[in-house]
Amino acid sequence: MDLNIANLWVINVGGVEIWITETIFNTWFIMLFLIVLAIIARIKLRNFKVIPKGFQNVVETIIEIFDNFATSSLGKKLSYIAPWFFMVFMFLLSSALFSVIGIRAPTADWATTFALALASLLLMFFMGLRHRKGSYLKSFFEPHFIFFPLNLIGELAKPVSLSFRLFGNMLSGTIILTLYYSLTPFFVQIGIPVFLHAFFDVIFGALQTYIFVILSLMYIKGAAD
Amino acid sequence: MQDPLAYVIGIAHIAAAVALFNGAFTTFGQAKIAAQAIESIARQPEASDSIRSTMFVGLAMAETSGIYGLLIAIIMLFANPLVKIMVNHLG
Repeated sequence: MDLNIANLWVINVGGVEIWITETIFNTWFIMLFLIVLAIIARIKLRNFKVIPKGFQNVVETIIEIFDNFATSSLGKKLSYIAPWFFMVFMFLLSSALFSVIGIRAPTADWATTFALALASLLLMFFMGLRHRKGSYLKSFFEPHFIFFPLNLIGELAKPVSLSFRLFGNMLSGTIILTLYYSLTPFFVQIGIPVFLHAFFDVIFGALQTYIFVILSLMYIKGAAD
Repeated sequence: MQDPLAYVIGIAHIAAAVALFNGAFTTFGQAKIAAQAIESIARQPEASDSIRSTMFVGLAMAETSGIYGLLIAIIMLFANPLVKIMVNHLG
């Protein structure tokens, strides 16, 4: 764990340097983990039973909890967007949980969080245009034509605040743990950091994941409803 | 003031410390939100679920300014443009 994001490899493609940083490596590692998990779940659920048992029970519970959460915050009409946010939820949560074992969280890099927040913004525009069509475009000129730049800035500030919130929280946890590990002698580095990890990685990570998802859902509901 | 670069770095550190002051005010705001939410839950326990989710969203909203202060402090310390300008100016 370090304050700076380490640069692992540099790949040269036609004179353009592509930096494979720690963030990209950890992102792909977490993606691999989630994909393997999904494939295992798919293979295990091949013989789908009406009365769930064991593993199927667990998967159904997780999906059902998230589906209820999305339906209660979006409404029934818009809840078909829930799978994308389940993916975001799982990615953010596992990136927060993997930082417990010393893998630097990809969300402690502004590029990752801004990419996810930008995806939320594009989804918001798309859903607004799809469900409200003209009246969504007209809402930019409310209450008067002069207010258009103000409304546009208000919309464009959403991904910035969304991404900075997650990034700042994860980075502050990383910084505090780095300070703890580098400032204390070796014999207090066994056992005690568990509480710091539990607070800054698990609790803050889960809370910020929840907040990221529910704020995105609220923005989409505000745009499309 | 013998060394201008040291002066700039010292000022940057003080600025970072001042930027972290808004953590105190953010905490006041969050404490008010939490206190009101607890009061509402005590008055209406059956509405505690919706109050709790609204409280988390409100806490996140209030936390944003504190996070901005943290980011300004981090930029001041690790990615300060003034230090580079000063180094270029000094040669």
